[in-house]
Amino acid sequence: MAEVLVYVDHVDGSVRKPTLELLTLARRIGDPVAVSLGNGAADTAATLAEHGAVKVLTADAAEFADYLVAPKVDALQAAVESVSAAGSLAAVLLPSSAEGKEIGARLAIRIGSGIITDAVDLEAGDEGPVATQSVFAASYTTKSRITKGTPVITVKPNSAPVEPAAAAGAVEELAVTVADSSKGTKVVSRTPRESTGRPDLTEAAIVVSGGRGVNGAENFPVIEALADSLGAAVGASRAAVDAGWYPHTNQVGQTGKSVSPQLYIAAGISGAIQHRAGMQTSKTIVAINKDEEAPIFELVDYGVVGDLFNVVPALTDEVKTRKG
Amino acid sequence: MSLRIVVCVKYVPDATGDRHFAEDLTVDRDDVDGLLSELDEYAVEQALQIKEAADDAEITVLTVGPEDANDAIRKALSMGADKGVHVEDEDLHGTDAVGTSLVLAKAIEKTGYDLVVCGMASTDGTMGVLPAMLAERLGVPQVTQLSEVSVEGGPNGTVKGRRDGDTATEQLEASLPAVVSVTDQSGEARYPSFKGIMAAKKKPVEELELDDLDIDADEVGLEGAWTKVEDATERPARTAGTIVKDEGEGAKQLAEFLAGQKFI
Ligand SMILES: Cc1cc2nc3c(=O)[nH]c(=O)nc-3n(C[C@H](O)[C@H](O)[C@H](O)COP(=O)(O)OP(=O)(O)OC[C@H]3O[C@@H](n4cnc5c(N)ncnc54)[C@H](O)[C@@H]3O)c2cc1C
Ligand SMILES: Cc1cc2nc3c(=O)[nH]c(=O)nc-3n(C[C@H](O)[C@H](O)[C@H](O)COP(=O)(O)OP(=O)(O)OC[C@H]3O[C@@H](n4cnc5c(N)ncnc54)[C@H](O)[C@@H]3O)c2cc1C
Repeated sequence: MAEVLVYVDHVDGSVRKPTLELLTLARRIGDPVAVSLGNGAADTAATLAEHGAVKVLTADAAEFADYLVAPKVDALQAAVESVSAAGSLAAVLLPSSAEGKEIGARLAIRIGSGIITDAVDLEAGDEGPVATQSVFAASYTTKSRITKGTPVITVKPNSAPVEPAAAAGAVEELAVTVADSSKGTKVVSRTPRESTGRPDLTEAAIVVSGGRGVNGAENFPVIEALADSLGAAVGASRAAVDAGWYPHTNQVGQTGKSVSPQLYIAAGISGAIQHRAGMQTSKTIVAINKDEEAPIFELVDYGVVGDLFNVVPALTDEVKTRKG
Repeated sequence: MSLRIVVCVKYVPDATGDRHFAEDLTVDRDDVDGLLSELDEYAVEQALQIKEAADDAEITVLTVGPEDANDAIRKALSMGADKGVHVEDEDLHGTDAVGTSLVLAKAIEKTGYDLVVCGMASTDGTMGVLPAMLAERLGVPQVTQLSEVSVEGGPNGTVKGRRDGDTATEQLEASLPAVVSVTDQSGEARYPSFKGIMAAKKKPVEELELDDLDIDADEVGLEGAWTKVEDATERPARTAGTIVKDEGEGAKQLAEFLAGQKFI
C-alpha cells in the first residue's frame, strides 16, 4: 500500500488532537508515516503508533526552534524524498494551523505539487485523494483534488474522529540538513501562552462565546462560569477582542480561530458573516441575544431571546444542578 | 538608497454579498461587487507606516486579477501608495495558489524590491499561503503573521516583528530583502483623504501580461492548475431552530434542550 506522510503537531512530545484526527484520515488513503520534529519528537511515537502510524520519522535539532518555518520544510522534504525513494507516496497531510499551512505551502512549491488547505473531510479517489472544503463562510461545500505532484493537504481540527488503531510505529531517525537559506528568520524570543486550564478552543467539544453584548472585561466571568460548568472552551467575537475584553487567541471567526465543536453557544453575538465563517460548521448552535432580529438566530438549533445577564447565570446554575 | 516596498493586494468579491461559483466552478465575479480585500488594507497601512519611519522609501502596489482589480490598486494609491502594477491576462482565469505565487514572484522580481508586504489571508480563498510561497520562490526570509512590524536601516536593514502563534508569542528578526505578512491586529487602516483620492488619479499604474513576465499560458489558469475543483454545492440552509423568548423560564427551557441533546 502507498504511504501517507502525516506532519505531527506536538508540544514537547505531547501530540495535539488534530494530528490524531489526521491519522484517521490518512488510513483511508494509505499507511500513515508520521513526521515528528523538534524537542520531544521521539516521545510522540507511542501515541502515534496507537493511532495507526506504521512508522515515525523523528528529527531533533536546535534549528527547528531557532528559525521560523523553513527548517521544518527542509525536514518534511527529506521525509518526502526518503518515502518516495522506497515506495510510493500518496499524500502529505498537515494540520490547518497558520504554521501547518505555511509549511505545506513551501513544501508544495519545492516538490512541484498542488496544495489544498482547510479540508474538512478526505476520501480516497481513483485519481488521488478527494478533499472536501467548506468555503464562503461555509455557504458552499466543494470537492477538490490535486492534479500535479504529490497531494499536499491541510486539514481543519475536528474534521474526523480520533480512532485507536494499533500499528508498529517503528521509530526511525530522519537525516535532515537544514540549509543556510532556511535560517533567514530568527526566532529571537518565544513566550509560551499561559494555560487557562480550559480545553483548547479549536479542539473543544463545546465552545461558549461572548460578544459585544457582554459589555466589558469585568463581565466575561459570566461566560467563563457557563463554560466551566460544561467543560467548554471560551471564545469571543472580534468586537469583544477589539474592545480589549478578551485575548485575541480566543477570537472565533475569519481572522481568529475556526471552530467546529459539537455545541457552540453564542451569547451577545449578532452573527456577522466573518464570525459565522469561524463557527458555522458547528454541529449544534445555540444563541442568547436580546434582539430577536439578530442574524445569529438564522443559524441556531435553539435560541433564547433575552438578556444574557439573566439567561447565562441561570443556565449555569441549571447545568450545575443537573450535573449534581 | 530608497527602500523599495511592494505590497501585494487582492481584489475580492464582497463578503457581505451573495458569493457563489460560476459554471466552470471558479468564483463568479460578475454578480457580486468587488473590492480591495479588507485584510490587505492592513498590509497597505503597515507599508505606509514603514515608509513614514524610513528616510526614503517607495511603495508599489501589486495585484494579479481581472480588469476591475484596478479598483483595488486605486484604493491603495488613494491611501498613499506611490505606484501600481496590475498583472492581467485572460489566460490567468482560474489560476490556483501555486500558479498565483509564480505570477506574483515574477512580477515582484521585475518591479524590484527590498520588502514585500502581504495580508494574512485573502477574504475569498482564505488560504493564508501566498506569503510563504513567495518567500520560497524568491529565496528570501519569511516573516509572517505579524501583529507588529518595523524596519530599521533602510534597504540593507532588518525587519522585526511579533508573531502571535497558537501556543506562543514569538519575536522574529530577518535581514532584508524579505517577505512579511501582517494580521488585522497590526493596527487600523487609514481612510483615504479627499486629497489622497485626487492624487491617486495621477499616479502611474503599469499593466503587465504573462508575456512580459516570461510565463507560458499553460503554467497558469484552469488548465495549468495544480488543483481541480470537481464539485461545488450550496450548503442546505440549516433547518429552522426553536426560538423562545425569555420570560423567566428561558434558561430552564434551554437546559431542557441541552439535556435532550445529551450535552448535560
Ligand atoms: C476583514 C474582517 C475580518 C473580521 N473577522 C472577524 C472574526 O474573526 N471574528 C468576529 O467575530 N468578527 C470578525 N469581524 C467583525 C464582524 O464583522 C463583526 O463586526 C463582529 O463579529 C461583531 O461582533 P459582535 O457580534 O460581538 O458585536 P455586535 O454586532 O455589536 O453584536 C452584539 C450583539 O449583542 C446583543 N446584545 C447586546 N447586549 C445584550 C445583552 N445584554 N444580552 C443579550 N444580547 C445582547 C445585541 O443585540 C447584538 O446582536 C471581521 C470583520 C472584517 C471586516
Ligand atoms: C473558496 C476558494 C477556495 C480555494 N481553495 C484553493 C485551494 O485549496 N488550493 C489552491 O491552490 N487554490 C485555491 N483557491 C484559489 C486561490 O484562492 C487563488 O489562486 C488565490 O490567488 C490564492 O489564494 P488566496 O486567495 O487564498 O491567498 P492567500 O494565501 O490567503 O493570500 C495571502 C496574501 O497574498 C496576497 N495575494 C493573494 N492573492 C493575490 C493576488 N491575486 N494578487 C496580489 N496579491 C495577492 C495578498 O497580500 C493576500 O493577503 C481557492 C479559491 C477560492 C475562492
